Amino acid sequence: MLKALNKTGLVFFPAFDWAISPTHPEREERLLYTQDQVMEEGLFDIDGIHEYKSEVVDIKDVQRVHFSYPDVWQVMTESHFISAGGAKTIARAVMEKSVNNGFALVRPPGHHAMRVVHGGRGFCNVNNEAIMLEYLRHAYGVDRVAVVDTDCHHGDGTQDIYWHDPDTLYISLHQDGRTMYPGSGFPQELGGPNAAGTTLNIPLPPYTGEEGFLYAINEVVLPVIDEFKPELIINSAGQDNHFTDPLTNMLFTAKGYADLTRLLKPDIVVLEGGYSIEGALPYVNIGIILALAGMDYSHVIEPGYDPDKLKQTDSITQTVKQTCDTVKANWAQREAIGRSMRGNQEYAERRRNIFYDTEGIHETQRETLRLCPECSGALKIDSTSDRGAHLLAIHIPRKACNNCWDLGRQWYESANPSDYDMICLQDRTEDSYQVKEK
Amino acid sequence: MPMIIGLDVGGTHTDVVLLGENGLEKQVKVPTDTAALFNTVLTGLEKITENVPADEITHAVLSTTLTTNAIVQGKLSPAGMIVTSGPGIHPEAFRTDENYFIVPGGIDHSGREIEKIDPDKVKAAADQLERSGIRHVGVVGKFSARNPVHERQIAEILGDRFDRVFLGHRISGNFGFPRRIDTTFLNASIYPVHRNFFEAVSHSLKQKGIQVPIHILKADGGTMGFESSIAFPGQSILSGPAASVMGSVAFAPDYTETLILDIGGTSTDMAVLIKGVPLLAPHGVDINQYKTLIRALKTQSIGIGGDSCVRVIDGELKIGPDRTGKAMGYGGSDPTPTDALFVLERSVGGDRGRAIQGIEPIAAQLGLSMEEAAFEIFDKTCREILAGARQMIADINSKPVYTVKEALQGYQVNPDHILVLGGPAAYFAEHFENISSYTVDTVPECQVANAIGTALSRTTCEITLFVDTQKGLATAPEESFSQTVDLHFSRVDAHRMAADLLKQKAVKLGAQTQDIETELLEDLEFNIVRGFRMMGKNLRVKQQIKPGLIHDFKTISKKIADSCVR
Repeated sequence: MLKALNKTGLVFFPAFDWAISPTHPEREERLLYTQDQVMEEGLFDIDGIHEYKSEVVDIKDVQRVHFSYPDVWQVMTESHFISAGGAKTIARAVMEKSVNNGFALVRPPGHHAMRVVHGGRGFCNVNNEAIMLEYLRHAYGVDRVAVVDTDCHHGDGTQDIYWHDPDTLYISLHQDGRTMYPGSGFPQELGGPNAAGTTLNIPLPPYTGEEGFLYAINEVVLPVIDEFKPELIINSAGQDNHFTDPLTNMLFTAKGYADLTRLLKPDIVVLEGGYSIEGALPYVNIGIILALAGMDYSHVIEPGYDPDKLKQTDSITQTVKQTCDTVKANWAQREAIGRSMRGNQEYAERRRNIFYDTEGIHETQRETLRLCPECSGALKIDSTSDRGAHLLAIHIPRKACNNCWDLGRQWYESANPSDYDMICLQDRTEDSYQVKEK
Repeated sequence: MPMIIGLDVGGTHTDVVLLGENGLEKQVKVPTDTAALFNTVLTGLEKITENVPADEITHAVLSTTLTTNAIVQGKLSPAGMIVTSGPGIHPEAFRTDENYFIVPGGIDHSGREIEKIDPDKVKAAADQLERSGIRHVGVVGKFSARNPVHERQIAEILGDRFDRVFLGHRISGNFGFPRRIDTTFLNASIYPVHRNFFEAVSHSLKQKGIQVPIHILKADGGTMGFESSIAFPGQSILSGPAASVMGSVAFAPDYTETLILDIGGTSTDMAVLIKGVPLLAPHGVDINQYKTLIRALKTQSIGIGGDSCVRVIDGELKIGPDRTGKAMGYGGSDPTPTDALFVLERSVGGDRGRAIQGIEPIAAQLGLSMEEAAFEIFDKTCREILAGARQMIADINSKPVYTVKEALQGYQVNPDHILVLGGPAAYFAEHFENISSYTVDTVPECQVANAIGTALSRTTCEITLFVDTQKGLATAPEESFSQTVDLHFSRVDAHRMAADLLKQKAVKLGAQTQDIETELLEDLEFNIVRGFRMMGKNLRVKQQIKPGLIHDFKTISKKIADSCVR
């Protein structure tokens, strides 16, 4: 009789009736073969593995994280509500201690969705992990959390949402942005002036194999997490580092993903990308589930697995080591880096151009942050899109001090509705979301 | 108008009914001899056919406990297993016993061969099994429901070295490798006992000149020909709960959702009917340590019944889940809810004086009068049964869904009607109505409802069809069916093909054409995309003959309902 060592919760939502477009990689049967594998393995019969029904998030859950233009309904489809809901269901089961850990196998993914949403980016419209995490903070008072993103693409959306949050350690391992979408995620991207060092990026060269990934986990991710002492570890588990993925150039394996999971010991895993739907996903997902459940996964060997062919070259080993050294040094220097970023200014400004590849939208942002010694700072984003939308988004952080709270309110009150299509205030101190329109 | 025999083997006695144009034409009870079940069946059939012209009887349906008992009591014949697997959980985890051999070979989720069979390894396993004196063998491959080629190759290598070889893909078209192993193993290990029973019954009936086609009841509340069941003996497991559900179907409204409560001595069996159609369990029968793919009705049992032991623990009344024997009013040793009914004079037939002796100490411990204590016991029993039923409905409704449409439409089972059967049904029904918002009814002829349900059940089966228009192939591995199709083969074509296959299968299993009511269980269509180009379609269609009652049941059941006093 098989028994899971750890009680593991699963939400499986393959959205068999939803796709971006008929031949898009993020389409109906993306999880079909994974479902076949899960069913054939009899995973749900294993004592200690429990399948939950995915709930649907509500609009408040989304507004806790995103500023959506023109509104939540316009940027989300039903499937997004359920996909984020699946993550929330698992998170709740973990918090309620019904299970030790859990995995939301949901689609569509979310880690490219930023704080301001004008449309879809990199197959993502809203950020499942952030919606889940902010719900946990609201409902369970969770504070310090580590999010480790093992998708092959840099999770620029999650990075953006937590850029100014010193209580969320965001670490992304991904294929070097010079060779792939979204083209970001370099070691010098360390977070904003109030949260320097709590964003860490470990770009890996194309053709990195098991050795490189596990080196980065052992050398950087685990020691940094140990030092950060999060209450929860969340894994954004994209599976496109697999050697068979059609969109990427890595040499990672099902066993490698399972090893990574065993080492990282995440509390909550949320599926992100992965488009080798027949050659990788069924095996990677089984590997991750077995690793979470503390079961033997040595027999999960995908077709085409050949350790000799999948071995990374020495030069890659060198590159990975250098990158890891840089990231470790930045982490060690984070306080000094933060001080030099802040200098003695009262505000920091940042201008950015953001491209929504799924919908072809260009957005320009001007961000203003109060450099606050007491909290993570009131934040104001002036966002314009080439579709003619102009909005002002004001964020008062969860643990805002009185001064930042006053400032955020003042920004909102004093903004002139005739200058913008929409003015929004996200006040996390009282979990509210307000909108002023023209 | 046909005459049908229904025979339901129970733990202590076996009920046999003859149904015809006048409803219940005849009923007999014979004691169950578990040591020689076939004698029981034979006596039952003999008694019911006395003075009935054999040519007027269309068929007989048996619900027996033979195979179930063999499994529950661990009286299985040794069976060997030869297993192949691709990547995943190591098949060692699903070992049945020492006669279990893992041989090379592997098929992936799409039915592609990823590792070849090694004939020498298969032969070596067969040699070993032969040396151990094994005569019945199961062969199971991972994903054989998608592509059975390895199971067939192994069967070919085994040739006729064994009395019978069971192939996993022929037993179920559903996914679930561990369950396929258990199911195939059970089929192989109860085969001898089922076959002997079949031969004994057929032989004796022939001798006595009773020439009636025999069907058996399955766990999904459907029937199959006795002869066909030889190849699938596992199908006869756990037909008991199905018999009582089918016995209720005839008396359930067909416009709403009904909860079936079969109140027995030790436990209460619960099931749900949606517009008169019983709900199926998501996977299959679970029995002892075995989890199978044998289609079954969704039934759940709670450990509380008319003879549950009643006691007071820490000032709290506790009912069940154990049963020490009969009610005290019937000569038992411990107080029971049935005794509470005697005390309340809601039920007669037992010795009220003895029942009072049982309830008195309980009343004293609770500080209540005797009537109050008896009512408390009865009331609590009813409430706990209803709580169990609500829990089952909540479980059914928490079953995950995999499409946006289902998630948003969120169909929820919500019964508003209860049908009670079992010995004390009538006494319970009224109180259920008092303490809940359900409308409550009892099943007429409660005492033989199971036998009536057995008689009226129709033949059921299901089929799974996979179509890959890129490969140009339609397959139903369970039926050994494969046919080439072109790129234009559509979903509608697939539905038609599946329906044809299903009808053929049902007729082979003994169905009457007028009883073939097909239903779509699964209907998925995906584009096959290679490098951003649409290359074809991947279709999956699962169809079943709905569990239900035969064509002529309405007239018969109406007669039964009219003729009996409620």
